[in-house]
Amino acid sequence: MRSFAYVRPPDVAAAVRAIAAEPEAKFLGGGTNLVDLMREGIEAPATVVDVTGLPLTEVEELPGGGVRIGAAVRNAELAAHPLIRTHYPVLSQALLSGASAQLRNMATVGGNLLQRTRCPYFYDGAAACNRREPGSGCDAVGGLNRDHAVLGVSDACIATHPSDMCVALAALDAEVEVESVRGARRVPLAGFHRLPGDTPHVETDLAPDELVTAVELPPPAATTSRYRKVRDRASYAFALVSVAAALEVRDGTVAAVRLALGGVAPKPWRAHEAEHVLTGAPATEESYRRAAEAELAAAVGRPGNAFKIGLARRTIVATLRELEP
Amino acid sequence: MRVNGTTERLDLEPRVSLLDALRDHLGLTGTKKGCDQGACGACTVLADGRRINSCLALAVQYDGCDITTIEGLDHPLQEAFVRHDGLQCGYCTSGQICSAIGMLAEHAAGAPSAVTPPDGTALTGAEIRERMSGNLCRCGAYNGIVDAIREVAGS
Repeated sequence: MRSFAYVRPPDVAAAVRAIAAEPEAKFLGGGTNLVDLMREGIEAPATVVDVTGLPLTEVEELPGGGVRIGAAVRNAELAAHPLIRTHYPVLSQALLSGASAQLRNMATVGGNLLQRTRCPYFYDGAAACNRREPGSGCDAVGGLNRDHAVLGVSDACIATHPSDMCVALAALDAEVEVESVRGARRVPLAGFHRLPGDTPHVETDLAPDELVTAVELPPPAATTSRYRKVRDRASYAFALVSVAAALEVRDGTVAAVRLALGGVAPKPWRAHEAEHVLTGAPATEESYRRAAEAELAAAVGRPGNAFKIGLARRTIVATLRELEP
Repeated sequence: MRVNGTTERLDLEPRVSLLDALRDHLGLTGTKKGCDQGACGACTVLADGRRINSCLALAVQYDGCDITTIEGLDHPLQEAFVRHDGLQCGYCTSGQICSAIGMLAEHAAGAPSAVTPPDGTALTGAEIRERMSGNLCRCGAYNGIVDAIREVAGS
């Protein structure tokens, strides 16, 4: 690991000043991803700005009915929070299905948003990876790609975004609040992560000196929601496919639906095509199937991961059935 | 930081992990280095009562914290692990026991797991397996580990 300077600013203003002054600086949250990447030599900041001590640790109900979540709130704390368990069960379930209890005790909300892919070629310094080394190629395209993405991919990169939390946030229409020395701004979660295109190394909408300070959730669009995760072992594994869904059925008709997918795309994948098919349709298995087919119509499978297309369709249908009143 | 009740003053460069600080700088080798990448749980310790992977923790981030390792424990789980054959080689055991203590506190505080039913609070075998999934045992002593935890939890 490259040697680095460590600073622990007392407030947000000092934190964004510290990173603006040092182009090779990185913010550090719980360390569960960044410390590992630094040890592997994939990240090598000259300065680490520890933001876990900033006063961003509150989960507050907003006057309009939404919730504001501080970026330094730990994943375990958020999953157990009564407001989240009661009004946003999909988020609590997504958090609890990710990583292990130890990691959830460490990991922060801001760090979870910014975690990087677990593609083995990204981690392997001897392999070609456009995300790690722009222009070097992608060894996953013709290599072992069982864990890789089928939606939103490009020839430059087929890595998946690893987060469970972000899939739930995508379904919940979350907004991310960020701050820099230039001021604060809000980014819808849908636009926070980028698809790879020709520049897979540009992973988010954030400038290098912007700090995630909070995530805001609007009031829930549906009364019931759920996260379902399919993986190779029962616990403590990344998703092959996951589905975050919220469904409101009135008189047998889908009145509102929010759907997002994990494990199948380079970013948390909001399933707009499926939502379009479902809204106003009868709340039946037939509708769910048509919606799932519409969403996966654009999927590109490779020898290792083509199974994910059918698996995603079936998981969408199964999750929506579970939410039926 | 306080380690097992004793105040320790360490002068470390920032890249030293909490795990290496404990093992190499304080001589507390009960905490084990397994994968050194947060995948196995062998390095689990308690920081202010919460279980963490000390391999991914920079020691500087835990400045002023209260750290508990296996050397600082005198807990009924330790004898229960022996009684129930909750180990073979023993390499994961200190992490398992620190993790289990943290887990019991989380459960007592009402924290849910991925398998907790909406109205469920019992610490069933399935709950223990899910909540302990961050601690791998390559000898496969899982049945004994679950039995030991169930006995101590009275569940």
